[in-house]
Amino acid sequence: MNFGIHPLLLVTFFPLVGVLVILFLKTQQKKAIRWTALATSLVTFGISLWVLAQFQPGTAGMQLELRVPWLRLDGLAIDFYLGVDGLSILMVLLTALLTPIAILSTWSAVEDRVKGFMVFFLLLEVGMTGVFLALDLVLFYVFWEFTLIPMYFLIGIWGGERRIYAAVKFFLFTMAGSLLMLLAILVIGFQTGTFAWSDLLEKRELFAAAQTWLFLAFGLAFAIKVPMFPLHTWLPDAHVEAPTAGSVILAGVLLKMGAYGFLRFNLPLFPDATVRFAPYMAILAIIGILYGAAVSLAQKDMKKLVAYSSVSHLGFVVLGTFALTTQSVSGSVLQMVNHGLSTGALFLIVGMLYERRHTREMSAFGGVWKVLPIMGALMLVVTLSSMGLPGLNGFVGEFTILLGTFGSKVLGSPWFAGVATLGVILAAVYLLVMFEKVFLGPVKVEANLALKDLNVREIITLVPLLILIFWIGLYPQPFFNLINPSVENLVSMVSSALLAAH
Amino acid sequence: MTQADFYSILPILTILLWALLLLLADLWIPKERKSMTALLAAIGLAVGVGLSLSQIGQTALTFKGMLMLDSFAVFLNIIYLVSGILAIALSYDYLKRMGIERGEYYVLMMFSIAGMMLLSQAYNLIVVFLAIEFLSIPLYIMAGFARPRLESEEAALKYFLLGTFSSGFLLYGIALIFGATKTIGLEGILASLNGGEANLVLFIAGAALMLVGFGFKVAVAPFHEWAPDVYQGSPTPASAFMAVSVKAAGFAVLLRIFLTAFPSLAQQLMPVVWGVAALTMVVGNVLAINQTNLKRLLAYSSIAHAGYLMMAFVSASNPNQTGQAVSSMLYYLVAYGLTTFGAWAVVVSLEQAEGKGLDLDDYAGVGQKYPWLGAAMLVFMLSLSGIPLTIGFWGKFFLFRTTVQAGFTGLALVGLLTSLISVYYYLRVVVYMFMRPGEPRVRRDSWLSLVVVGAALAVVLLSVLPSRLLEMAAQAVLRLQ
Repeated sequence: MNFGIHPLLLVTFFPLVGVLVILFLKTQQKKAIRWTALATSLVTFGISLWVLAQFQPGTAGMQLELRVPWLRLDGLAIDFYLGVDGLSILMVLLTALLTPIAILSTWSAVEDRVKGFMVFFLLLEVGMTGVFLALDLVLFYVFWEFTLIPMYFLIGIWGGERRIYAAVKFFLFTMAGSLLMLLAILVIGFQTGTFAWSDLLEKRELFAAAQTWLFLAFGLAFAIKVPMFPLHTWLPDAHVEAPTAGSVILAGVLLKMGAYGFLRFNLPLFPDATVRFAPYMAILAIIGILYGAAVSLAQKDMKKLVAYSSVSHLGFVVLGTFALTTQSVSGSVLQMVNHGLSTGALFLIVGMLYERRHTREMSAFGGVWKVLPIMGALMLVVTLSSMGLPGLNGFVGEFTILLGTFGSKVLGSPWFAGVATLGVILAAVYLLVMFEKVFLGPVKVEANLALKDLNVREIITLVPLLILIFWIGLYPQPFFNLINPSVENLVSMVSSALLAAH
Repeated sequence: MTQADFYSILPILTILLWALLLLLADLWIPKERKSMTALLAAIGLAVGVGLSLSQIGQTALTFKGMLMLDSFAVFLNIIYLVSGILAIALSYDYLKRMGIERGEYYVLMMFSIAGMMLLSQAYNLIVVFLAIEFLSIPLYIMAGFARPRLESEEAALKYFLLGTFSSGFLLYGIALIFGATKTIGLEGILASLNGGEANLVLFIAGAALMLVGFGFKVAVAPFHEWAPDVYQGSPTPASAFMAVSVKAAGFAVLLRIFLTAFPSLAQQLMPVVWGVAALTMVVGNVLAINQTNLKRLLAYSSIAHAGYLMMAFVSASNPNQTGQAVSSMLYYLVAYGLTTFGAWAVVVSLEQAEGKGLDLDDYAGVGQKYPWLGAAMLVFMLSLSGIPLTIGFWGKFFLFRTTVQAGFTGLALVGLLTSLISVYYYLRVVVYMFMRPGEPRVRRDSWLSLVVVGAALAVVLLSVLPSRLLEMAAQAVLRLQ
């Protein structure tokens, strides 16, 4: 099966078709606009499955490569270079899955300027998919920066009260990191004459001398995006102010761009620096895990709680990445997916509650399960998944990460994993406290008695996530099969540097 | 005058003659139909573009070594002519509704362009001086064209006083160099330097004074103070014209003189230029943060961009990178020019009489009420801040690349950090347009819309396919001795 267009090109740019159609619709035709956006994102999801069907799980290298010269000028070669491997395939699928879900969640939540909202949302999908598929540093940078613009508008126009502050902060923080990355990209390009990822791997000796600085420049951009402690301060603002769909995508996909960046660029391109910095990165990750969890404990606002829990969860991802064992890195990649699923679902449910009561304060709820039995049940599953209950997806990811970290030679101490495990316990505390305050006990506030339970559309938005939560929790092997070959390859690339160092 | 001489200045002559004839013809054009003059002026400039295009690829030293026609000059001439056409498109409706429509405006603009073209071909310091005066004097008048508005008068006077002041520096510098080398031709100066006959103390003093003079013209810190007031007070299309073409002309001659005649000096002056570039980027961007008047904001932004252009000048001092520095600067000029014209066009369409409609508050709600205009302004703001999928990104990309390759990573870092600051104030415009409610009043005029839409499309499309323009810029590298 082939539509005459390269599958990666199609999966990246298909949302533009929807954008084009929406631009020709009238502002008043809200229904048509919503359906167009949904249909486009569903087709994109279909295309991503088609990409998956063509993907060979057993191979470690890049697949379905597409490489076209984009710019050629004296000593400068920029390619339009896309490719997919085990690190990115799941990210692409996650993006394609979460976008229609997020769009569906806005059906009644976004009434104002629907046209602009959907245009930005689909543009955002183009940018995100592009980030995960781009293999030329300049192209990557273009997509990376491009994702900023639609997200900036989503927060700034459709966000809460302090939306402008949050939007600008989000933009400036990310931009600050990426500008240094641009400088590093220019330096690499100057020293090697190419920006293509695969060529750079072969020529990495050429810029080995500047590894430390390059690692830090790339690392800063990615660390801000993840976000790692102490660069996380934009995240709670952005999350709290963003509309629900924006939060879902922000937590579900945008943060993963940072973690993915580490895996795609920092580890293979700067292996010596990676090994050298790994313990420090791991320490920062662990601080992030504990700090995020501790701050979550103190939150009264549900959305803020979930936002800070992201800092904590993403800490595990970074820890696994820099533990540099096959197990821990695979766990990280899977945990990126898991976090997208369960935090996405958490944000969706918080958003649904907000739509009903126009508050996110936990004190305004209590005993809601009695009124909203379906939502309560779904929320319980999602909460348990997020805190890592065995049998659900979160456990698989975190357990693999911790196991891998425990035996990590690079970190060289079991304490890393030991301390990080505290984060799992804390997660159970704050998530269960939230669940208890909101859903259990007697109904304290009268306004809550009249709440309506989930309608069919809302259930449809949550079901795909729940299916995957169970699937990954019970039978993760197919996912690991996709991830593992590329991860093994990556880890062997880095550990050859480790051997050389010792 | 030989045929080659004549041919090399054919576009300049055409523009000049056309302007003179237009000045006469304008007498017979009735007052309420001055748009005729605008149209005729635009046609004249278009003819000039055609003639310049026919000169592409030629190199000729004419008028006994006084003028140099090379692809560098041709490239710049086309920039001036096109920016003239764009400025006329902006002025067409603006002058009418501000009640200051007079035919001389267009004629003055043509004179100024002729001066710029002469400047880009100047190969002799006296011709340089002549051309600079020739391009400046019409601009002083244009700045005061919104008479009797006080701000406009103020702008004209300030521009005139500081302009003549800087010309004084320039002339003194030329005199010292003449004293040091006994010649004013660029080739002669180079020969005298290489032969070791020149008095180096006098020479360096002269070169420094010239740098100050040009610094005023292109508004780099610490010689930038006049720019915000002048840009704010002048009729908006004239500000746009100044912000683009005068800047281009200044940088062109700076490169020409310092790279052709003083290459050995480039090394010695480099630390100074480095400092000026860094200072300009910092000052321009930091002072822009607090501006609420769009004209002032764009003025400070143009100062900041002069700083970025200075980076190319710094990189050019590395002999291996000269060619690339020149081409990346030309590319940046085009990117900056296109974007700036688009942004000023948006300002023109929102401006009301008596200097109203220029505040950020007046932009509230534009994105909602006029989504296409808002989108275009968004594109321009992103391009000015150098964010991908705009031509401004490639401009910065090549500029920073050249700077890094020439070994000035520190300066590139300053440039990157200051462009982070610029993101803040460019985004502020976007915030007002899209995220605050308001009732903006927008003037609709087809020429204006054409500039806005055309510039926005060009900014985006040229970023998707950047190679063609870049090749052109690369071919326009100036002939070095």
